[in-house]
Amino acid sequence: MLKFVLRRLLLAIPVLLVVVTISFFLVRLAPGGPFMEERAYPPAVIEKLNAKYGLDKPLHEQYFNYMQRVILHLDLGPSTRYLDRTVGDVIAQGLPNSMLLGGTAYLTALVLGMAAGIIAALRQNSGVDYGAMAVAVLGVSIPNFVLGPLLVIVLSLTLYWLPPARWGDLSHLILPALTLSALYTAYIARLTRSGLVEVLRSDYIRTARAKGLRESVVLLRHALRGSLLPVVSYSGPALAFLLGGTIVVEKLFLIPGLGNFFIEAANARDSFIVVGVTLVVATLLIVLNLVVDIVYALIDPRIAYK
Amino acid sequence: MPENVSSLIAVRDVKVHFPLDSVGSLGRLLGRPPARVVKAIDGVTLDIQPGKTLGLVGESGCGKSTLGRAILQLVRPTAGRIFFKGTELTGLNARQLQQMRRRMQMVFQDPYASLNPRMTVGDIIAEPIEIFEPLRGEALRRRVQELMRTVSLNPAFVKRYPHEFSGGQRQRIGIARALAVGPEFIVADEPIAALDVSIQAQILNLLSQLRRELGLTTLFISHDLRAVRHISDRVAVMYLGKLVEVADSHEIYRRPLHPYTQALISAVPVPDPAVEKTRRRIVLTGDVPSPINPPTGCRFHTRCPYAQERCRAEEPPLVDTGGGHQAACFLLEEVSSGGAARDSAA
Repeated sequence: MLKFVLRRLLLAIPVLLVVVTISFFLVRLAPGGPFMEERAYPPAVIEKLNAKYGLDKPLHEQYFNYMQRVILHLDLGPSTRYLDRTVGDVIAQGLPNSMLLGGTAYLTALVLGMAAGIIAALRQNSGVDYGAMAVAVLGVSIPNFVLGPLLVIVLSLTLYWLPPARWGDLSHLILPALTLSALYTAYIARLTRSGLVEVLRSDYIRTARAKGLRESVVLLRHALRGSLLPVVSYSGPALAFLLGGTIVVEKLFLIPGLGNFFIEAANARDSFIVVGVTLVVATLLIVLNLVVDIVYALIDPRIAYK
Repeated sequence: MPENVSSLIAVRDVKVHFPLDSVGSLGRLLGRPPARVVKAIDGVTLDIQPGKTLGLVGESGCGKSTLGRAILQLVRPTAGRIFFKGTELTGLNARQLQQMRRRMQMVFQDPYASLNPRMTVGDIIAEPIEIFEPLRGEALRRRVQELMRTVSLNPAFVKRYPHEFSGGQRQRIGIARALAVGPEFIVADEPIAALDVSIQAQILNLLSQLRRELGLTTLFISHDLRAVRHISDRVAVMYLGKLVEVADSHEIYRRPLHPYTQALISAVPVPDPAVEKTRRRIVLTGDVPSPINPPTGCRFHTRCPYAQERCRAEEPPLVDTGGGHQAACFLLEEVSSGGAARDSAA
């Protein structure tokens, strides 16, 4: 198992290098440059700025300089959008906020989704089941830029229960987390339901009942564990995207998270931040997928890694 | 109360019907019955005496497994009553029934699917013990290993998972699990059907040895007539949800009365070339009719070589022809003379 983990981590290195390379050149393909704002600087100033950040050199030289800095010094470079900060500073500021928001949204989705899925599976083909699954379809279909404002209108502007935007205490967390979790709640509810329905029909569940186990034990100890695999495999990529910052929701609720910085940087052609954030999300994705594979082996002993 | 109090298991006119079409919430509200119903068991009366093994045979889909599950209340019967030592199982609530599980257990057909793949063998066997007994820790571990030895499994494998075992070994795990709480009655539902022939004999011998040593009463469900003959004291033959013949094991193989039983037994190869050469197979024509719309009258009349007008109209009751040999056929005289003619020809 340890060997498996080590090999996967080693394999991640070339993957990340490719990700950095592709995103580096993709950003440069976009027209415009970091210092071309509406309120134009004098050309001499722009020249000096470009020289300061090494942007006056040929592209391949910039690339090798950048890669050298990333690999040898683990330095993601300066920011051209936020002149007083480095990319590392921006990530250090944005990532915790994004992770708090994404983690809360994911936990909410996990709890609500699994509860709804379990209830639906136990009352299969009943009104409760159809009702829960109808809500789930709704949850998957409503885009978060619609759901977010709807929640704001109802819970903030009408009922005055929660602040409509900004970031500070826990009350600011609730609306964006709810908005963000809707899609995932719905998806997890469907996955849990179908997984559980299938497992509940299997022979070993009948064995568990024949043993004389209480129905709750049959469900919790025997059925649920077997039905969780799809939820677990979905959780890897879902969590990576949730933790790595969500552009629409962070923008909508004015949250200083990674997604917000990312979109600001992209608009300002700040290639260093764009590549840096991409690298963070890719790393999250790789690590969480590895975690998923490890959890797989823990819940299903038939899966063994060598 | 059942008429025959000496029986360990008494089944009285039990029916198990499965609705085929979902009625829907509105239909349920209006009390509308489902349009089509699978009559898996349609009126079965049966007794199993303490310490004896009853073999239950029949083609696939005739309701054997459903009857076994219905007796253990893993499927609740639609109608009829089932008694365990005079206690009516069909009248128990979930809680009382759970307590009864200690006294009656089941060995399932498919040793691959019926063991939870996420539990170690030790946990699988220990789980029922933990429900019913205060054994924990070292004592529980010793009990589990003892059970594993009883079914000839190496107790060192206690921490392994089901997928690490062969089919025969898994069936031994299933048997150990069933025996773990010391039941009086076991339903063995085609316990050897999923196994290689070479392993079948081992499991059969294990079952009959355990039955002798532990004084178990057993319902042995199988479509393998040779296996049933080997292990059973009494044999019941089932066709389309009904019993057609019940008799002592040696009697039914020597003198089958019902034409269906005769056809089944004639299909068994005899491991003696001289006899096998003269064996004449009664080949039934047609398929088993659907249990959704079973034939009127005697259910076997569509395939019976002796069928007459009466068989199409009336349903023959299961009657005792003497010496506990029961058969459900109007034409016993004729059929047995036909059988006799076959015997003399042999």
